[in-house]
Amino acid sequence: MIRTPLRPLARVLEARAKGENPDAIERENLRLRHEEMRDRARNRAEGRLLMLGVFFVCAFAMVGGRMALLAASEPSEPRASAAGAEIQALRADIVDRQGRILATNLETVSLYAQPPLMVDPTHAATELARIFPDLEVERLIKDFTGTRKFLWIKRRLSPEQQQAVHDIGDPGLLFGPRDMRLYPNGTLAAHVLGGAGFGREGVHAAEVIGVAGVERTFDEQLRDPARAGQPLELSLDLTIQAATEEVLSGGMRLLNAKGAAAVLMDVHTGEVISIASLPDFDPNDRPALPTQGRPDDSPLFNRAVQGVYELGSTFKIFTVAQALELGMVTPETIINTKSPMTWGRHRISDFRNYGAELTVSKVIEKSSNVGTARIAIDIGAERQRDFLGQLGLLETTKFEMVEARGGKPLLPPRWSELSTMTISYGHGMSATPLHLAAAYATMVNGGTKIEPTLLKQNGPQFGPRVISERTSEQLRRMLRLTVSQGTASFGDVPGYAVGGKTGSADKPRIDGRGYETDKVLATFAATFPAHDPKYVLIVTLDEAVETSGTEPRRTAGWTAVPVAAEVIRRVAPLLGLRPEIEPAELTGITLTSN
Amino acid sequence: MRSVLFVLTACAVIALAFWAYRENYRTQQALDVTEQLQRDIGASRARLSVLRAEWAYLNRPDRLRDLADMNYDSLGLMPMAPAQFGRIDQVAFPPEEDGLLEITDPIEVSNMEARP
Repeated sequence: MIRTPLRPLARVLEARAKGENPDAIERENLRLRHEEMRDRARNRAEGRLLMLGVFFVCAFAMVGGRMALLAASEPSEPRASAAGAEIQALRADIVDRQGRILATNLETVSLYAQPPLMVDPTHAATELARIFPDLEVERLIKDFTGTRKFLWIKRRLSPEQQQAVHDIGDPGLLFGPRDMRLYPNGTLAAHVLGGAGFGREGVHAAEVIGVAGVERTFDEQLRDPARAGQPLELSLDLTIQAATEEVLSGGMRLLNAKGAAAVLMDVHTGEVISIASLPDFDPNDRPALPTQGRPDDSPLFNRAVQGVYELGSTFKIFTVAQALELGMVTPETIINTKSPMTWGRHRISDFRNYGAELTVSKVIEKSSNVGTARIAIDIGAERQRDFLGQLGLLETTKFEMVEARGGKPLLPPRWSELSTMTISYGHGMSATPLHLAAAYATMVNGGTKIEPTLLKQNGPQFGPRVISERTSEQLRRMLRLTVSQGTASFGDVPGYAVGGKTGSADKPRIDGRGYETDKVLATFAATFPAHDPKYVLIVTLDEAVETSGTEPRRTAGWTAVPVAAEVIRRVAPLLGLRPEIEPAELTGITLTSN
Repeated sequence: MRSVLFVLTACAVIALAFWAYRENYRTQQALDVTEQLQRDIGASRARLSVLRAEWAYLNRPDRLRDLADMNYDSLGLMPMAPAQFGRIDQVAFPPEEDGLLEITDPIEVSNMEARP
């Protein structure tokens, strides 16, 4: 590099000769040099900025181009990666607690027509009507020869039907694949499973969506591909459900009942082992919703979950439980049971006159309305309401079926003293059998609250304590005595120490004015084995009547109790319970004071 | 010297091209096999689910009950009853026969879920 001297000798000499200041020359040269350096630095910086700019433009152009490419290209499955079982587009199966299938999918085909492609519409229409007797020839001919370009003919075809349609050989009849929901057990657990239908439909696929029961509740979960077809495990047991339904339907026929319901529940885990409601339906071919008549006339109506009924004397145990818990009575306290009892304009009377006084234990055993009403007055409306609330009897259960939301208990608009008395023996408020099962589980399991559930659980529930261990023990003894010597004597099953309480409630008239005289809802709430309860069974028969005697008998002791006993006899061995000799009551020594 | 280098380079290019060509075709073939396998897996899954559904259908309680009723003569199947449960100590010993040695030092046999 050639350096320009800041003080060129020639110019300095010349300036000296002229008498000028030579420093001015140096300053001038320095200025020029600085300007030159500044221009160079500027150029370089500009160049770098340009480079950077170009780089960014390229980078963004690449990202944009890639995005455009992805957006415009056809989606395709990666060919090289091995797709495992991680993602499955099928609706997941539903299985019982032992893994037996309750609902699964079956591949089938649907049939549709494209009339413009048809060769011989008339022939095709007649042949189709021959294969499917429910189709009308005239209607089909009209559709095939009209202006329609596309129409569905059948949603689901069996392989034989498909072959028959193939044999027609018309190019305008086309098949599309379909996944169909199949309930291999037919009507078994129909109300729980509900049913499924098609949602959005295309030619190549259709959405299968749940329309009722657990299919509807767990719709999202069952359809979630990320769960990889992991089956939904219910707490139901297929065998026990089948046995319960069989016995229940037999009992319903024998006793001429309009309907029946049963709930079998584990008292510690809250798992519902079987839940039946009759009459039932086939979820493979779910009937249409009723448009007229009362809702409970339809087989779709689930009496165990949706049916709110006055459950009668089964409620007495709650009154007594609360009185025991509050320390107001002991099982041996004497209660005035003079019948009828008058309260204002109302009279409360017993089914039979049980004498002037009974012990609390006998009040339950004989099922005395008067005795229970007297205990309830002492408890008071406020406290009774709180207690029933703690048992979950005042709101809908958290049961995992959409129908459970419909089973909201009916409460009196004003919780007066009279309501307190009638509710104490199960009239004036209505709840579902499922509510009753959960409340009885709380009564006998040692006193902790139980929420009924349909999903398989790993261990017991630890709900809040409602009554003490000691009260629960006393109640179990009373329930056992009711079966061994009280109103439910037909309920005794040797080896299983059944305890329970009957309830026969006159049905309210449809017009809402008073009660029917010869229509009874008979309920039996049982627990077994009474000395160490494991299960609670509720059996409800709607308008059952036993006609073997001289006059028809409608009380639960003659209707629901024998049916429940038969259910226990059939189901207990299946539950793995061994018949046992009941531990004898300790006699002779009674604790009288501390 | 330089021409030898050229020839060698050309040979290397040809060899590499041949290798790449062969690898390409082998990859394509492997992909085809994979696709076929996946189709087979899909078909097998579908078959399996049909078989499972059929198994569940044939084992439905209604049908088994009817079959048990129909074959009552030969099988004698009844619903399970409480009387069918027993503990080992409730089972009677067989009647004593001659020739059997008397047990002089019995040992305790464990029995299921016996209560103390």
